[in-house]
Amino acid sequence: MDDDHDHGSELSPMEAKVRALETILTEKGYFDRKALDEIVETYETKIGPRNGAKVVALAWSDEAYRERLLTDASEAIAELGFTGRQGEHMVAVENTEQVHNLVVCTLCSCYPLPTLGLPPVWYKSAPYRSRAVMDPRGVLGDFGLKLPDNIEIRVWDSTAEMRYLVIPRRPAGTDGWDAERLAELVTRDSMIGTGLAKTPAQLGTPS
Amino acid sequence: MNGGQDLGGMMGYGPVEPEANEPVFHAEWERRVLAMSVAMGPAGGWSVDQSRFSRENRPAHEYLAMSYYEIWYAGLKQLLIDFELATQNEIETGKVIAPAKKLKRIIKVNEVGQMLSDGSPASRDLSGKPRFVNGDRVSARNIHPVSHTRLPRYVRGRTGVITQVLGAHKFPDAVALGDNDAAQWLYTVRFDGRELWGDEADPTVTVSVDAWESYLEQAD
Repeated sequence: MDDDHDHGSELSPMEAKVRALETILTEKGYFDRKALDEIVETYETKIGPRNGAKVVALAWSDEAYRERLLTDASEAIAELGFTGRQGEHMVAVENTEQVHNLVVCTLCSCYPLPTLGLPPVWYKSAPYRSRAVMDPRGVLGDFGLKLPDNIEIRVWDSTAEMRYLVIPRRPAGTDGWDAERLAELVTRDSMIGTGLAKTPAQLGTPS
Repeated sequence: MNGGQDLGGMMGYGPVEPEANEPVFHAEWERRVLAMSVAMGPAGGWSVDQSRFSRENRPAHEYLAMSYYEIWYAGLKQLLIDFELATQNEIETGKVIAPAKKLKRIIKVNEVGQMLSDGSPASRDLSGKPRFVNGDRVSARNIHPVSHTRLPRYVRGRTGVITQVLGAHKFPDAVALGDNDAAQWLYTVRFDGRELWGDEADPTVTVSVDAWESYLEQAD
């Protein structure tokens, strides 16, 4: 599914179709183009997994916050200001020594936008959506993640408007770190369940 | 509908292939499709459930051959036609022929931030009590709605346990058909992996779905 066939000034078929659509809707006065730009900018630059990382890091470093997050994630995440579209009803699920959580939306692409931003292509793809519920260990293997055979894997299929955020395990060697420093260890994939948080030694490496 | 979108448990799609340092969008038109879809929801007055059905309501082989934002474009185009906000001819030629219709709301640039951070809660007030409580064993009904539903095929006819009563939420199957007031109790139901995938399946796996009350029946 190659999305971009742009060669020089020649428009790809999708680019042409979408321009035509935007042209008529603009001429009809159905939206303000500046509002579209603002929507794009919000999702491209303002909302992303840095938000979720702040939530996780605070849960790691503040036991009272962790309890609030596990009891009522919508309220606890709203405390940090991450509210709104596709994050109205949040559930936080915590990884432990015995349990690993994995989030999927088999039916489309449901994803906690205010905390994680727009989902990556693989999350919306047939390989992930088809296998995450049937063969989660195989899917984790695609991400290079091998968990102990006896660890319980809880898969959450986002079939309603509840949006799931995984709280990964806090890496060893981070005693005394404050929330800001801890947040640097929290990757997007660790909050979906397809990865673990970085160790202090992995800081500065790609997610 | 039993369509291409209902992917849980299907096979043959190969491994998941994460893209390193993936950009948020892969082409300019993807940005515009997302933004138009977000802006036109409140403007056209259709629900998220109608949007979802407009995307999935196509032959499975077409759905599966389209990229994500190609599906969004196709869904938006269909909604604009169905709600008579634009004609197919206009959309395909890029030339306005019919007069504009009066919209419910036109999103201004200074309203975008508030609109996105307010969101649109799915919780509703419902009198009475939920039929099920935590720990109840329930079976997902063997139903095959021809329009939008959020009960994936792989749990139908299978038995699990209620692990959370989530309150009353709008009921997507009915909202997708235009009944915006429809609401039901919503539950998290946890299924053992072996119940879903057979005795050979990994015994350490459970799969939870969120299911509305009419999807479920008491199990023995």
